[in-house]
Amino acid sequence: MNASDPVLVRARGVHFAHGPRVIYDGVDIDIPRGKVVAIMGPSGTGKTTLLRLIGGQWRPNQGTVEFDGVDVHTLRRGALYELRKRMGMLFQNGALLTDLTVFENVAFPMREQTRLPESMIRDLVLMKLQAVGLRGARDLYPQQLSGGMSRRVALARAIALDPDLVMYDEPFAGQDPISMGVLMRLIRTLNDALGLTSIVVSHDLQEVLSIADYGYMVADGKVQVQGTPDAIRQSDHPWVKQFLKGEPDGPVAFHYKAPAFATDLLGDAR
Amino acid sequence: MSGVLSIVQNFLSGLGRAQFFLLQVLASIPALLLRPRLIVQQLYYVGQLSMVIIVLAGSFVGMVLALQGYRTLIRFGAEESLGVFVALVIVRELGPVVTALLFAGRAGSALAAELGLMRATDQLSAMEMMAVDPVRRVVAPRFLAGVIAMPLLASIFAVMSIGIAGGHAIGVELLGVDAGSYWSQIRGSVELDDITDGLTKAAVFGFAVTWIAVYQGFHAEPTSEGVARATTSTVVISSLSILALDFILTAFMFK
Repeated sequence: MNASDPVLVRARGVHFAHGPRVIYDGVDIDIPRGKVVAIMGPSGTGKTTLLRLIGGQWRPNQGTVEFDGVDVHTLRRGALYELRKRMGMLFQNGALLTDLTVFENVAFPMREQTRLPESMIRDLVLMKLQAVGLRGARDLYPQQLSGGMSRRVALARAIALDPDLVMYDEPFAGQDPISMGVLMRLIRTLNDALGLTSIVVSHDLQEVLSIADYGYMVADGKVQVQGTPDAIRQSDHPWVKQFLKGEPDGPVAFHYKAPAFATDLLGDAR
Repeated sequence: MSGVLSIVQNFLSGLGRAQFFLLQVLASIPALLLRPRLIVQQLYYVGQLSMVIIVLAGSFVGMVLALQGYRTLIRFGAEESLGVFVALVIVRELGPVVTALLFAGRAGSALAAELGLMRATDQLSAMEMMAVDPVRRVVAPRFLAGVIAMPLLASIFAVMSIGIAGGHAIGVELLGVDAGSYWSQIRGSVELDDITDGLTKAAVFGFAVTWIAVYQGFHAEPTSEGVARATTSTVVISSLSILALDFILTAFMFK
């Protein structure tokens, strides 16, 4: 671990395309150590893709993604898996293993990755569940949990191995105000208490900016705006303005690309 | 012409991917043997939970064979040979084939749907991000359990259809064939080769069905349609493969 480098994750000149669709067209992003960084942008702009690129699940067409000074995509499988032990990821739907209880889900990475005795795993799991307020739900199965509870269990699982980095994929999507508040407080508190670095991908701009130290707004394959939460809120960039005000039209067009309306209606009669 | 070429090309590239996937699964098996609990758990799901359907199907197939065999044999006064007729047909052919078809429908489809849903709900991606190889942790135990379970299920099918509720119940108890003749002719005519041939077929079918099921499920598109397609493909491809493999194996075993 190269703790002298203040940047934990460094993406440089990242190009990534899904078939003909360009997701990233030369993106530079720095994730400073110990901070909560928000990655914002409209749906479908590749916010989740960034997390998969950092985790090495997908490979950029060009450019590099470094984690703690190591280029993620030059690693062989074994080394990549070693690196992933230092990352935790909370998927949008929780991605809990449905045939395991809450307790077993949180214990899963410990049982797979360590040789700790069962008594110690039990204590650690209860500590992680206590941190997310779900120690009492340890014997429930994922299908018995609400959406917010699932994400909290997934969060407990993501921090099970005490990672350096936790990545949150749309943690607030579809949550009621109480669950959203709980998750926001948890992300900030855990980051500070455990000395983590957090990346929160979200399109809930106000909420994510309220807990972030720094933010990137990604759209059209590029970083459109970046800065502290206050700087982003005060930005008069059209992307930010449309997003903050929830305007239906702007850089994100209301109408999907189509030929002229008159041409469509009149067709050959014109 | 280009349409045919692209179908052949797709088929061959799919086969190549499936073989590569199989190699990954096989390479995971030595490490898996150190964790027998995972295999036992999957044996319960693919084997034990398929038992009821195998027992029932075995009984009915045996009963039908006994009725049909008796009708034909009695015309030649050879109804005492009913046991041999039922036993050879079951041990050499119907036992492994029908068991495998039922196994593909019950366990194969369940495996494909389970893995497909794990893909669609990001459970497999989550494992990868936890530095746990899903092929080693999820696929290999299911594959090995399927390969072990099939010969056992085929044996249970044979016992049910020849004996207990199948051929014996109809031939001996209902139609009055002498029990001594029924069983002694089986002992005299069914050779060890017949049994090993049947078990070999069952093992090969188990290998093929489980391979197809885990491949289809693991590579399912992460949508409802994708999971449905993976499940359907598993049953269709498995069933056709079983019948084709049965022909090939029988041709090799035919003396």
